[in-house]
Amino acid sequence: MANLIPPRFKVVIDYEKCRKCKRCVINCGFGVYSFADRVIPDHKKCVSCQRCVAFCPEEAITIIENPNVFRPNSYWTMEDRINIMKQAGSSGMLLTGMGNDRPYKNYFDHLLIDACQVTNPSIDPLREPMELTTYLGKKPDAVTVKVENGKVKLDTRIAPQIKLDTPIIFSPMSYGSISLNAHKALARAAKECGILMNTGEGGLHKDLYPYKDWIIVQVASGRFGVNQEYLDHSAVVEIKIGQGAKPGIGGHLPGEKVNREVSETRMIPEGTDALSPAPHHDIYSIEDLAQLIYALKEATNYEKPVSVKIAAVHNVAAIASGIARAGADIIYIDGFRGGTGAAPTIIRDHIGIPIELAIAAVDDRLRAEGIRNSVSIVAAGGIRHSGDVAKAIALGADAVAIGTAALIAMGCHVCQMCHTGNCSWGIATQRPELTQRLDPDWAAQQLINLVKSWSLELKEILGALGLNAIESLRGSRERLRGIGLNDTELAILGVKHAGR
Amino acid sequence: MDRTFERIPSGCAISGIMNVAGQRISGEKIIASISLMHDRSNGLGGGFAAYGIYPEFADHYAFHLMYQSERGRTLTEEFLNKHFIIERGEPIPTRPVATITDPPLLWRYFLKVPEERLYKNPEPVDERDYVVEKVMYINDNIPDSYVASSGKNMGAFKGVGYPEDIGRFFRLEEYEGYLWTAHGRFPTNTPGWWGGAHPFTLLDWSVVHNGEISSYGINKRYLEMFGYKCTLMTDTEVVAYAVDLLHRRHDLPLEIVAKVLAAPFWKDIEKMDEEDRKLYTALRQVYGSSLLNGPFSIIVANSKVMMGLNDRIKLRPMVWGRRGDFYYMASEESAIYEIEPALDEVHVSKGGEPVIVRLKEGE
Amino acid sequence: MPEGRVMAMEINAKGMYYRDLNNLLREKVAEGVTEFTLQGINGQRYLGTGLKGKVKIEVYGTPGNDLGAFMDGPEIIVYGNGQDGIANTMNDGRIVVHGHAGDVLGYGMRGGELYIRESVGYRVGIHMKEYKKQVPVIVVGGTAGAFFGEYMAGGILVVLGLNKKEGEPLTGDYLGTGMHGGVIYLRGEVEKDILGKEVAEFELNEEDYRRLNPLLENYANFFNVSLDEIKKVPFKKLVPVSHRPYGKLYTY
Repeated sequence: MANLIPPRFKVVIDYEKCRKCKRCVINCGFGVYSFADRVIPDHKKCVSCQRCVAFCPEEAITIIENPNVFRPNSYWTMEDRINIMKQAGSSGMLLTGMGNDRPYKNYFDHLLIDACQVTNPSIDPLREPMELTTYLGKKPDAVTVKVENGKVKLDTRIAPQIKLDTPIIFSPMSYGSISLNAHKALARAAKECGILMNTGEGGLHKDLYPYKDWIIVQVASGRFGVNQEYLDHSAVVEIKIGQGAKPGIGGHLPGEKVNREVSETRMIPEGTDALSPAPHHDIYSIEDLAQLIYALKEATNYEKPVSVKIAAVHNVAAIASGIARAGADIIYIDGFRGGTGAAPTIIRDHIGIPIELAIAAVDDRLRAEGIRNSVSIVAAGGIRHSGDVAKAIALGADAVAIGTAALIAMGCHVCQMCHTGNCSWGIATQRPELTQRLDPDWAAQQLINLVKSWSLELKEILGALGLNAIESLRGSRERLRGIGLNDTELAILGVKHAGR
Repeated sequence: MDRTFERIPSGCAISGIMNVAGQRISGEKIIASISLMHDRSNGLGGGFAAYGIYPEFADHYAFHLMYQSERGRTLTEEFLNKHFIIERGEPIPTRPVATITDPPLLWRYFLKVPEERLYKNPEPVDERDYVVEKVMYINDNIPDSYVASSGKNMGAFKGVGYPEDIGRFFRLEEYEGYLWTAHGRFPTNTPGWWGGAHPFTLLDWSVVHNGEISSYGINKRYLEMFGYKCTLMTDTEVVAYAVDLLHRRHDLPLEIVAKVLAAPFWKDIEKMDEEDRKLYTALRQVYGSSLLNGPFSIIVANSKVMMGLNDRIKLRPMVWGRRGDFYYMASEESAIYEIEPALDEVHVSKGGEPVIVRLKEGE
Repeated sequence: MPEGRVMAMEINAKGMYYRDLNNLLREKVAEGVTEFTLQGINGQRYLGTGLKGKVKIEVYGTPGNDLGAFMDGPEIIVYGNGQDGIANTMNDGRIVVHGHAGDVLGYGMRGGELYIRESVGYRVGIHMKEYKKQVPVIVVGGTAGAFFGEYMAGGILVVLGLNKKEGEPLTGDYLGTGMHGGVIYLRGEVEKDILGKEVAEFELNEEDYRRLNPLLENYANFFNVSLDEIKKVPFKKLVPVSHRPYGKLYTY
């Protein structure tokens, strides 16, 4: 009865061009190809990761969507029907990787950025100074100074601050969900770009220790790899409460992915499942969060900002306010488009709210309460390009984090099969024959190039806005206009409609 | 009034005169200076701030009010009566000028704060905070009413028209002050809003401004967090409020306030000695939302000081000069020569470097 | 009007509106007047704008902004300070200012010469360019503000730093930023970290001196300064290291 489920893709091979070099057979992580006189594809296994296409020297392979058409139905989509068939055949929860791919309204694409004409001048970003430097951390409401011998001196003790050369950091992706080579590439790129990478919850491999000043280490519900040494090798410590792709949900890294190195890094026995409980079992309420925040501050001698990462859910503004008041230095908000190494599809696709609305709501709430200065906001979850970065910052974020975009820079084609561990590109896998495909030097350079080109574009946007420092865009919603949004949406975003 | 426009872009001319010995001069000179730069304005806004003009009421808050209706006046006077002791209230003297049409009702009041008002709360209230709160209340809540100025022994005179016409309309030649600033406005649309003319004031602070603050959106939201209401449809009011916040409430010296409004670049902060680096890094970290980004030259004044400041890459002009105890600042050098042909010194201002002139001690 | 005959006139321009004054100048030039003395100038804009050919204007006072904007040939001598925007998009002619001047001088200037006896403000020589035989020149006797020679595409800028105070920099920050043509001659040293990333400092060669010397002689003559004194301090030059500094900026 397995035939109920049709293949999603068809592999079309131009046998006239094929030289039978078998590169496709070797490259496919999903076992699509076999060879008997000629290459034979098993269409059902294909996930359209495009690895074979990219490596076929003869350009003989084309992956197409299965042209076999289910009877069209605008309500019962093909995907819905296939999923039902899968579940009817298995009695399991649907599992997926990457971020929510459903066609919900995308607010970034309903926001437009301003520019200067005549009344104030645009600024030339290539010839004039243009500053993207951003500091993450808790700021006091006011600076106090003292005057000694005619010289003005700082009298306020400023809480620990982390300097970013550009307001873009890498989002948490654990070693385990992605390969060590991918982790190394992220760390090298973070150092080179003067930004941060984030360990995710899978601990920190010792090879990354030299990059400690550019690393956020996560403390999640599973507490994998967390000890004093781990906390010491970081610039920021982050408590992970939730993830945009699966708010309120724990997870587990299956035992087969826990090889020797993953086991050492997570500090659990080889081959055992690595369980992440849904909540932290020492945080059942906001005052418990404060207790953990200060435990970590004690452990790090109050020298490092403590970040709290949450998923954007309905009541995100009040939650963020509570987190700020609990003593966090940074609030990391992950919108519903945020990615994952593995999540139940139904959770990924139906829980949470868009990051654009979350940023606006949180920034508004913190301002209304007069505590916006006390915490930095990092926004993540579907940042696709520098335009999204600029919009997120104008809505009120201090910086953004990119995960999926970083993976794409390293070769990922967003086939959404991270949970299978078969990543043909050597990123979301621990299979040695696959992980060796990702050269960390090459991948680091790809990431550096991406961050640098987005930074250049951000400077162009600032220049067009007549600004020469990113802080003048931060929260400046006057420089955004909505298009095709209703009054409620505009009110939440705090922007006027285009034309006003 | 119609506040569909949150902000009206405008270009401008500015000029300022201060005698640091406190010697008072009539309004003639400042009018002559600003009118030389006639072509920098378009007749849609002109105004003056004058210090030392009410010596007989030196200890009273002088409120200059603009009313769009008698009802506004009734409501505001009720409000003032409730919260202040009104020593005197009178129309501001004007003369008819052909080009000045449709002025609002212009009144001034000399007020004292009833002391018991400051002790009603468990914590005593700062008298100036009390006054600021009342000004914000009137501007934000009482219909057809706008406080043009609220400082002691000073006043703002402004309206829709060329500055020289506004000056004659308000009979400024009949006033004597030791510090005058002036503004000619070139707004890009015509709402005919008298309150939108410069200077913008709060307590005895006044600001005249040439340029356009591109960071207005975030400056406004930042100041709102501290209770300021930006309701006047212009970017300049944020300068007045920012100075009030940083200097009066956060107690930062004016030199440092200037370095917040026109912050040094990070690369220049890197080059400073360790102590300065710490200070300037903290200032930018904490007050990034107060950075005035975009082109501006401003003259900020209070009873004791006049400060000229340009944006950090100097996209607007400013010249300053001195003759004896008289200091001059203007958008164009000729506007200074027009009233003082023989200067002891004259300089072109630099971006982000304030020129601060103080009243001599004991004057 | 016979060739070579000089017709001169003096105008007391005190309080005169710039449009009336410039109209009068254009009228008189059309009538054949070639030399003007303008007394009582203060703030009148656009002096010399729209004038062509051999006309000489002596200005007493402080002319307003855009002095000599789009000018095409005349000579203007200012006995006083200049304001902003002198020689804006000027095509030909000469302006000599016996004093200091403001910001954005010589914007887009394509030809002619501008001599300032003392210091100048921000963005002087911005986007100056040369074309065929036209090579614009600005000589500054004092110091220059920030962004000197910004986006400079051609022509010659000279800063002498005469009478500069001890420790005062010769120019402000961002010197030659975006410069992609032309040359800046500096009398003395500047800190390396103020240089735009597109330029580099070099010693002068013979060709440089051949171009620079006549300009220094002119300066010395106009302002009655000793040429030897000017030459006492060695010069350096700044030139762009690439005509296309942004070749690698974009991706397709």
